[in-house]
Parts: sequence; C-alpha cells; structure tokens
Amino acid sequence: MRNAPPDRMLLTGNHAVAWAARLARPKVLPVYPITPQTPILEKLSEFEAKGELDAEVITPESEHSVMAASIAASLAGARVFTATASQGLLLMHELLHYASGARAPIVVANVNRTVASPWGFWPDETDSLAQRDAGWIQFYCESAQDCLDTVIAAFRIAESVLVPAMVNLDAFYVSHALEPVSVPGQELVDAFLPPYSPPHRIDPQNPESWGNVVSQEMYCRHRRDLGEAMARVFEVALETEREWSRLTGRSSPIIERYRCEGARTVIVAMGSLCGTARDAVDALREGAEAVGLLKVRLFRPLPVEALRAALAGVAEILVLDRNYSPGYGGVLHQELRGALYGIADPPKIHGRLAGVGGVNVSAERIAELVREAAAGEARRESVWVEG
Amino acid sequence: MNAPSAIVLAAKDFKSDTKPVWCPGCGDFGVLTSLARALADLSLRSEEVVLVSGIGCSSRLPAYTTCYGFHGVHGRALPLATGLKIARPDLTVIALGGDGDGYSIGGNHFLHACRRNVDLTYIVMDNHVYGMTKGQASPTTEPDWDNPLTPGGIGVRPFQPLVIALASGANFVARAFSGNIVGSAEIIAEAIRTPGFAFVEILSPCVTYRPEQRQWKELVRPAPVGATDDPARAARRILTDDGFNLGVLYCGSRKPYQPQTVREKKTLEDVAREFRL
Ligand SMILES: Cc1ncc(C[n+]2csc(CCOP(=O)(O)OP(=O)(O)O)c2C)c(N)n1
Ligand code: SF4
Repeated sequence: MRNAPPDRMLLTGNHAVAWAARLARPKVLPVYPITPQTPILEKLSEFEAKGELDAEVITPESEHSVMAASIAASLAGARVFTATASQGLLLMHELLHYASGARAPIVVANVNRTVASPWGFWPDETDSLAQRDAGWIQFYCESAQDCLDTVIAAFRIAESVLVPAMVNLDAFYVSHALEPVSVPGQELVDAFLPPYSPPHRIDPQNPESWGNVVSQEMYCRHRRDLGEAMARVFEVALETEREWSRLTGRSSPIIERYRCEGARTVIVAMGSLCGTARDAVDALREGAEAVGLLKVRLFRPLPVEALRAALAGVAEILVLDRNYSPGYGGVLHQELRGALYGIADPPKIHGRLAGVGGVNVSAERIAELVREAAAGEARRESVWVEG
Repeated sequence: MNAPSAIVLAAKDFKSDTKPVWCPGCGDFGVLTSLARALADLSLRSEEVVLVSGIGCSSRLPAYTTCYGFHGVHGRALPLATGLKIARPDLTVIALGGDGDGYSIGGNHFLHACRRNVDLTYIVMDNHVYGMTKGQASPTTEPDWDNPLTPGGIGVRPFQPLVIALASGANFVARAFSGNIVGSAEIIAEAIRTPGFAFVEILSPCVTYRPEQRQWKELVRPAPVGATDDPARAARRILTDDGFNLGVLYCGSRKPYQPQTVREKKTLEDVAREFRL
C-alpha cells in the first residue's frame, strides 16, 4: 500500500487515534473542532488530502449536527468515525441516545476535558461519565498505544453487536503526550476488521424505517434488546482481544490486573491515572508492600463478573476517580461498590476524588493514599484529595 | 437604551485591569477600544451595561471591560442576552462573539433574535475563521481558503450575515472595521441608541491564522450612500458591494419586542444598597 506506516512511530494519543481511524477505513467523518481534540481532525484531513484515506470529511455547524450526520451515514451502511471533547460531547447528548437506540455502531473518540462552568482545559472524565446511560460502549485509554489498539477494536466490537462505542482519552496527559507506538500494517487491520456490512441499512430496494413512534411494549422490548446487545460485549471483546493479540502480540483486556498476585490492597483506576498508579505500585512492591493495580478499560458495559472475580479476597480497594458526580461522589467508586455488593469477605472500598479538574496526582501521592487507606476506615462517600 | 446618567465616564474607565490574551495585532483590540469609546460617548455607566458572549477569542472581550460580563457557552450568546434583556429591560445589553460562534453553532439563534427584535445590540467580530481552535474555516470563510482541516478550501458558499439579518427582521444593520476606532465607535453607539435588534458586523482580522487580513485596512472604505430604511434597497446594496463598504447600511423602525417585565430603572445608590452586607 502507498505510504505504509513504519511499524514504530512517535505519536501523541491524538495522532494514535487518527492513525487507528485511518486504518479502520471509515467512509464518513463528520467533525467539529474543539480543544484538545483538534489534532485528530487535522491529521485525518491530512491523510485524506494526501489520498491515504478514502473518506468524506464533512464539517457541520456544531457537534449536534456532527452526531446527526453520523447516525444517518451509519444507518446508510457507511463506517463512521468522529472525535470530540467536553462541551462537544455534551452538545451531542440528545443524539447519543438516538444513535444507540437506532443501533448505529459509530465510533467516537472523546478527549476527556473539564466541562463548563467555570471554563477549563484540564483532564477530567466527567464529560463522558455523564453519558454513561446513553447506551454507548465506553473505553478509557491509558496511553497512545492503548488509544490505537482500542479504536480499532472498538469498530469490531461495536459493529458485531450494533451498539456505538466511545473511546476516551485524558486531555493532554494522553492526547498530547508523545510515546512510541506500534502501528500495524493495513493488511493486518483489514484481516482483523472486515468491511462494515450491517444486517439493516437504508436501502431503496428493501425499504425499512427508523425512529418510529412505538407502543409501550415495543419500546420496552427495544430497550431490552439494547441491553442484550450490551451483555454480548464481554464475549465479543474477549474474542476480539484474542484475535488482536494473535496478530500483534499485544493484549488489551477489558480489565487489566497489574502486579495483583497476593495483593492486600488493589488500586482501581481508569485512563491516564493508571500509568501513575503503576509507578506507585512498583515503588510499594519494592518496599515489600503487597499492592496491585486494576485498570478498568471497559466501563460500559461494566464488567461486573470480571471485577468480582478479580477483586475477590482482596482486603482493601483504593478507587481513584478523576471525575465528580455532585451529590454522590466518584463515579467509579460508587459503581464499584454496587458491582461488589454481596461478595464473600467484602473488601473495604476507599474512594478518592483524585485529579478532578486536572489536579496533578503523583505516584508518591498515590502511595501515600494507599497507606492512609489501609490505616483508616472505608467511608461510604468519596473523599477529596488535594493536589 | 437607558437615559444618560449625571456622572460621565471616559472610555478608559470601561477597560478593566485584565490584560487581554489576544495575539499582538489581533483586530479584537480595536473593537474593545471602540466599544469603550461608544459607551463613554453615550454617557453610560459600567453597572448599566451587560456584555454577553459565547466562546472564542473574541468572546473573551467582556472580561476586559468594567461592565457586567457573562461568558456563556459556544454559540449561545443571543439566547442568554435575550433572557437577560427580558428580565431586566432597564439594562443596556450587548451580545458579542465571533463568526463561528454566531453563524455556525449559534446560527439558528441569529435568525430568531433578528425576528424577535428584542432591544439588543449584537456585535460579531468577523475574521472568517475559528481563531480559538487554531484556524479552521468558518461560515464566512472564502470557499477556496486552504487550511489543514479543509485542504484546498471548504468549497462551500459563504454565509451572508448582513442580508440574512435583514431578511430575518433585524432593525439595524451595519458593517464596521476594527482598525477604524472612531468610525466603529460611532456605529456601535448608534446601534445601542436604536431601539430593537441592532446588528453590527465588525471586520476584525485574525493576524495569526489569516495574516492576509492585514490588507483589509487598505480595502475598507465608507459606503458611498447613507443608511436606508428600505430593506429591499439595503439588501440589494449589500449583495452587490464587495464586503468592504463600512457604515450603517439599514436602519428601520420596527417596534421592538416589549417585555412585560418593565421595572424601575435603578440608580447607582440602589445597586450599592443591594450589595451592602
Ligand atoms: C460545544 C462546543 N464546541 C466546540 C467548542 C470549541 N470552540 C471554541 S471557540 C470555537 C470557534 C471560535 O471561532 P469564532 O467564534 O469565529 O471566534 P474567534 O476565536 O475567531 O474569535 C470553537 C469551535 C466549544 N467551546 N464548544
Ligand atoms: S488567534 Fe486570531 S482571533 Fe485569536 S487572538 Fe490571535 S489573532 Fe485574534
């Protein structure tokens, strides 16, 4: 292929997303710029201009229109990709629900950024976690490599179950940090991700319609169907991961256990915090403290069984949330309490609001939090951590 | 507009101590100066004026003044300003922002604000680009302008804000240039004085992403004829000029939207009393 990528490239998280999208061969790319997602759009436009990406890039007048165009293009049978952040994702909200209801397997990369007001440009996952009930598959990425692997996998998973997928990456820490990334060849990705061919599509030869007014029973059945499709994600993700690992040698499980053998305390986190937490775990292990990390890569559907199995027998859990749901606390903390409810020998679950609004959380601070948690009682509510 | 108060402020009194983060040479500096001058010329006071903006480089302007400011969300300056003016008709409400904010994401609101004809002034700092997000094509961008997001040009017909404003019912339509401080100040003052929805399009160069706009100062000129009150004639003039004729191009006499919330105008003493703890 013309301009085949070199295997290893130095890429930011944003450019890794753009490379993954290019390799997935989307046909329609509706986009609206917003900091810090803009480099994704610029890279994709550059690929398209150079003839390396055969897609229609369109620039609607807002994110609301971006998602509307994405839904219709997807239902017409085209593979659709777009990217956004923060306010842009919030403006899409109405149509996020519509997309999952219409079973349009669009893939969106969302750069996690604080939401207004007040205004900020800092990493914070509240934007996407506020969309958790919109019926989208949600992934959280730790690194540029994770972004590339996840975007490609997201297309395969979304199209298998006909549910849209959102791939989240933290602003700046992931979106703008340069890392060496293994970029697979086009043939490999083509073998992994067959052309999109949905069982239903807008087709004049075979008329069907979407978005009709339905009875209560039909509506209810429709929701259950969506739930059943979500439930199939675990199995499809496992099979997708096996295939990806066979082809590339890299494995990206839906939850990853890092140095959890015999761990007394396990840190649970998502996104860029996982990288820092790994350093904290290494330092604590060096001091012979039995601490591990559990990275939640797939947040919707929440892998409840996998979490229960992975955390069984652990004495203490420290959840780090770079997000805040006012009136309840850290979203992952509260979801984990629900997921582990009724487990035998329940672990103590300590929730920490660490890094909200982009506040920096160092590995040393995480190590301190582990020690403080082990020494104290677990509280029902999430506890604020100062930077 | 409010009746003038007794104590007169100078233009500099309308500028705050906050240093603008605009690029050196950005046209928006000129708009800030013209606006301050217009407010002073109208003998208004900072506490009688509210500036409502959306998001973009231009939308940062309220923070650089001593007036009340409302930095909203992208594209929503006009609905915010409408709500405010309806709740507090005694205040002078000015909405402002960029061409992306006003014609793209907020384009829908532009039509309806013109139609509704609430007594507002709307200033758009038009640089034919999304400045804040680093230079993508906006609705007023020339179709062949080459940039990273739309290589070779967007290929789409530009939005015509002034005729769209006319067709939608705006009561006052003008074009100004940021480099012409005195002329822009006069136009802004007249817009504020005119009852109803007054739209002022200010050509305001983005020297960073559209450096060629530095040439605008050589292209602009006063419109050859004065304002008309005939919308059809104004539309014909606007559609046939080259986009660089400056001045008030239309001034009508449509009755502004009359809110039911009219209340007593507050004096500075009233405001001070409310703030007293
Ligand atoms: C919902 C939403 N989408 C996107 C953005 C990102 N954004 C901020 S300003 C802007 C465009 C600004 O262009 P313009 O209004 O012309 O103002 P300028 O910066 O040129 O003054 C965009 C797209 C945002 N803040 N909110
Ligand atoms: S980017 Fe352009 S619009 Fe924004 S401050 Fe700089 S010159 Fe002005």
